[in-house]
Amino acid sequence: MKSAIIVFPGTNRERDMAIALEKASGTAPLMVWHKDSEIPDVDLIVVPGGFSYGDYLRAGAMAAHSPVLRSLKEKASKGTPVMGVCNGFQVLTETGLLPGVLMRNAGLKFICRNVGLKVETSQSLFTGGYEDGQVLSIPVAHNDGNYFADNETLDRIEQNGQVAFRYVDEDGAMTEAGNPNGSARNIAGVFNKEKTVLGFMPHPENAIDPAVGGTDGRGLFDGLVRALS
Amino acid sequence: MSITNTAITPEIVAEHGLSEDEYASILKILGREPNMTELGVFSAMYSEHCSYKSSKKWLKTLPTEAPHVIQGPGENAGVIDIGDGEAAIFKIESHNHPSFIEPYQGAATGVGGILRDVFTMGARPIANLNALRFGSPDHPKTRHLVGGVVAGIAGYGNCMGIPTVAGEVNFHPAYNGNILVNAMTVGLAPADRIFYSAAAGAGNPVIYVGAKTGRDGIHGATMSSTEFSEDSEEKRPTVQVGDPFTEKLLLEACLELMATDTIIAIQDMGAAGLTSSAVEMAGKGGLGIEMDLAKVPAREENMKPYELMLSESQERMLIILKPDAASEAEARAIFDKWELDFAVIGTLTTTGHLVLKMGDELVGDIPIAPMVDESPEYDRPWEPTAASAVVDASTVPAPASLTGALKSLIGTPDLCSRRWVWEQYDHLIMGDTAIRPGGDAAMVRVRDSKKGLALTVDCTPRYVKAAPETGGAQAVAETWRNITATGAKPLAITNNMNFGNPQKPQIMGQFVGAINGMRAACIALDYPVVSGNVSLYNETEGAAILPTPVIGGVGVIADIEKRGTVAFKAADEAIVVIGETTGWLGQSIYLREIEGREEGAPPPVDLALEKKNGDFVRGLIETGSVTACHDVSDGGIAIALAEMALGAKGLGADVTPEDGLAAHAWAFGEDQARYVVTAKNAEGILKAAADAGVPAAVIGKTTGNGELKLGTGDSISVSMLRSQFEDWLPDFMAAS
Amino acid sequence: MKATVHVTLKNGVLDPQGKAIEHALGALGFGGVNQVRQGKFLELDLGETDAEKARAQVTDMCEKLLANTVIENYTVEIEG
Repeated sequence: MKSAIIVFPGTNRERDMAIALEKASGTAPLMVWHKDSEIPDVDLIVVPGGFSYGDYLRAGAMAAHSPVLRSLKEKASKGTPVMGVCNGFQVLTETGLLPGVLMRNAGLKFICRNVGLKVETSQSLFTGGYEDGQVLSIPVAHNDGNYFADNETLDRIEQNGQVAFRYVDEDGAMTEAGNPNGSARNIAGVFNKEKTVLGFMPHPENAIDPAVGGTDGRGLFDGLVRALS
Repeated sequence: MSITNTAITPEIVAEHGLSEDEYASILKILGREPNMTELGVFSAMYSEHCSYKSSKKWLKTLPTEAPHVIQGPGENAGVIDIGDGEAAIFKIESHNHPSFIEPYQGAATGVGGILRDVFTMGARPIANLNALRFGSPDHPKTRHLVGGVVAGIAGYGNCMGIPTVAGEVNFHPAYNGNILVNAMTVGLAPADRIFYSAAAGAGNPVIYVGAKTGRDGIHGATMSSTEFSEDSEEKRPTVQVGDPFTEKLLLEACLELMATDTIIAIQDMGAAGLTSSAVEMAGKGGLGIEMDLAKVPAREENMKPYELMLSESQERMLIILKPDAASEAEARAIFDKWELDFAVIGTLTTTGHLVLKMGDELVGDIPIAPMVDESPEYDRPWEPTAASAVVDASTVPAPASLTGALKSLIGTPDLCSRRWVWEQYDHLIMGDTAIRPGGDAAMVRVRDSKKGLALTVDCTPRYVKAAPETGGAQAVAETWRNITATGAKPLAITNNMNFGNPQKPQIMGQFVGAINGMRAACIALDYPVVSGNVSLYNETEGAAILPTPVIGGVGVIADIEKRGTVAFKAADEAIVVIGETTGWLGQSIYLREIEGREEGAPPPVDLALEKKNGDFVRGLIETGSVTACHDVSDGGIAIALAEMALGAKGLGADVTPEDGLAAHAWAFGEDQARYVVTAKNAEGILKAAADAGVPAAVIGKTTGNGELKLGTGDSISVSMLRSQFEDWLPDFMAAS
Repeated sequence: MKATVHVTLKNGVLDPQGKAIEHALGALGFGGVNQVRQGKFLELDLGETDAEKARAQVTDMCEKLLANTVIENYTVEIEG
């Protein structure tokens, strides 16, 4: 699997993502600078976590209009799989590639901790490494992860099976206690309609090593490698 | 000499925090009156912050050398060899006064400043820590300050992508008007690629990089060196505003530049901005420096030389580049890529003078060596702190039940969970956090290796106040113990000396005592000081803070898989206390919180015992003989056991107080040099301890029932303790 | 010429910051504050001298970047 990671000046989880991708695929991803207007042909494009341009206007807003994003949109429209994690998710919603928007956490604070994450479907090229309904423990680390869309949109994406992950509590239940940031219907990640674009808040790239934080994130990368190699 | 002279009145001199003697020395050095810009430069250089004038005499007595020390105090940060060709670079620094005035920005720029100190030496920062001290929870400002400081640290560190992995938070009325915000950064660099600040090569260009200069923070260095008065809150405009995004760019640009072969010297612009960076670089190199201030990238119009020299705008660096055009072009291209300012603002000279121009106009000319050599150094009068009486444990009433007292204690401000704080810090980014916040020391893996660094910050100010020498030694010993409890070998420390007004002999006596204790501990534990920071005049309306010499410790472990952690692992394991328990209640949290008595002599620190017990415990962890390990500190054995149970799910403990001691003194006494460990088999440990001459005793065993039982018929559920432990801080912050 | 832009959350979109401010005002004894909504205020110094063109330009900026129209409304004012 050949992959590319988009790097904005304020991106800061690109190294974590690169390590996770390389461990799973055996191939180091290409790092693509935000000013590059052309993303090379790859099997997967990743927009990683961080604070793209300081996130000063709205998280991901300015990144969504960077030169490299034009190329990303074009490739996405032709079916190249795209995955946005954390700030990457924010960027992908700002571009309109994914529905909804990520607002300030309901608790008004940055939050870094492991959350329960339920895999809504294993039927995608991103989540094939997991079972349907599997509950994972994966860290989140964000200030703006409060997923919002109007009820019509929420109904629609649920009907289309576009919800990829939901936050759940210790018992695997979709409760308010299990929802770290106030996300609508506990939504932690969504696909586009074709399931070729995925965005989510948690950081599986920080859960790939038993010595530091567990291995629940591995399924995502292993699943991608199987689907895209 | 075309330097235009504003009349310098005694009032202006006083406003610049300079004494009459200091001003007389300035007149002698210049052979004339200074102009305002020059006076500003002298004022900054002679401030406590830059000159260490009250503390230098004593700081010099600390041990700073060891075979593994690459660079001790005197540079931007200390550097130690951690093996395999790698170096750890670290320092702690205070941002106390700015954080009190504007907590978010004060704390944020504190983090930004210490990060620059570390990456200016060529290191990629891999961990942040902080030590925070706030006033009483009842004080009307406390909640606002806690919220702002924590958010500021989070806002800066998280955006930079550096994990904040450890710290301490305490509350005490002595900090009501003067909180402490001490931030520490640890970075990694190849041991043969360290960058220093001493300039070299007359004629070489002086380059300014980073953010533009505005009027922020003018007089920060002098402000941070004077006592607070009620009108301090009016000083708000002088607080700098941080821009972590720009700092992230500066970090990446500097590291990229450092990978080239173009840099001769580099120095960040921290307190006293361009003044201290230019003087330090040229001074250390024995050179002069000439700068055209008109070339400094300015954020505001019509900035005066005085303002340009003293601005504390953040996210700026000064670099001496190799003189060839190719080097400059290479460097410029890197800063262009990161969209940062890059300006040649001067050259190094052989004159030994700091020469300042504004275009063609000469606006300042100061001989550097005399300014630095004549920098004031005071031998301030000091009085030793009177010894406090030892509290006889038998005079301290026993609680109705030990678990009842434990339940109260674990929900007090100083012992409750800090989760509310550290969940706001991204402590996982970089993917190397092997021990997360909440343990004894944090541990971060050295990327692409099995090696880990154990990191901690500690101080017990109430001990220091009661007995400065014991308290100073205890602060050092506690970091050493916390690192040891993870299985790592402690290597070196950085210190942040937070004290009151040194012109008061009692305060100076606290300082001297603490230094003496620290020195003894550093020598006994082979644990040198490699960097540090001094913050004096932490007083409001004449009332000083508790003397707070915060110690940041760094240790190394060869294999993170072998690390020791706090949580109980399984039921039916033996619980062993290593070290001697006498039931010392003087200055204990128990005495303060349950009896309302903040008094007595603190527990003595026996450094030889500390070393012997710690080396023994480290050996146990290394050989895999123990399943969990926790040091015993605030709150004693009972709190240590509770924390070990809280870290596990569904486990508890059944222990019996030692015969011959009052049960509450045994449970809550704070004797030093102790650890609680668990083991499948205690016999081997007891035998090894006896052989090593280390006190060790089995006090009970872990259980699978989720209860903590402290002696016959006295037990409490761990889930009850958990809610006490977890709820206090969030409830406090949510209240209004 | 100068343009000013106000960006506000659409009605019905939860505004946790506004709620927090509302709560704090209540705690400070300011009664009778029924609701607080927090927004953004931007000042733009434009080279354009034609007011209508400037308005069109800034509106376009709002649509593309300054506001996220999924959750935010905006108003544009042109001065001088």
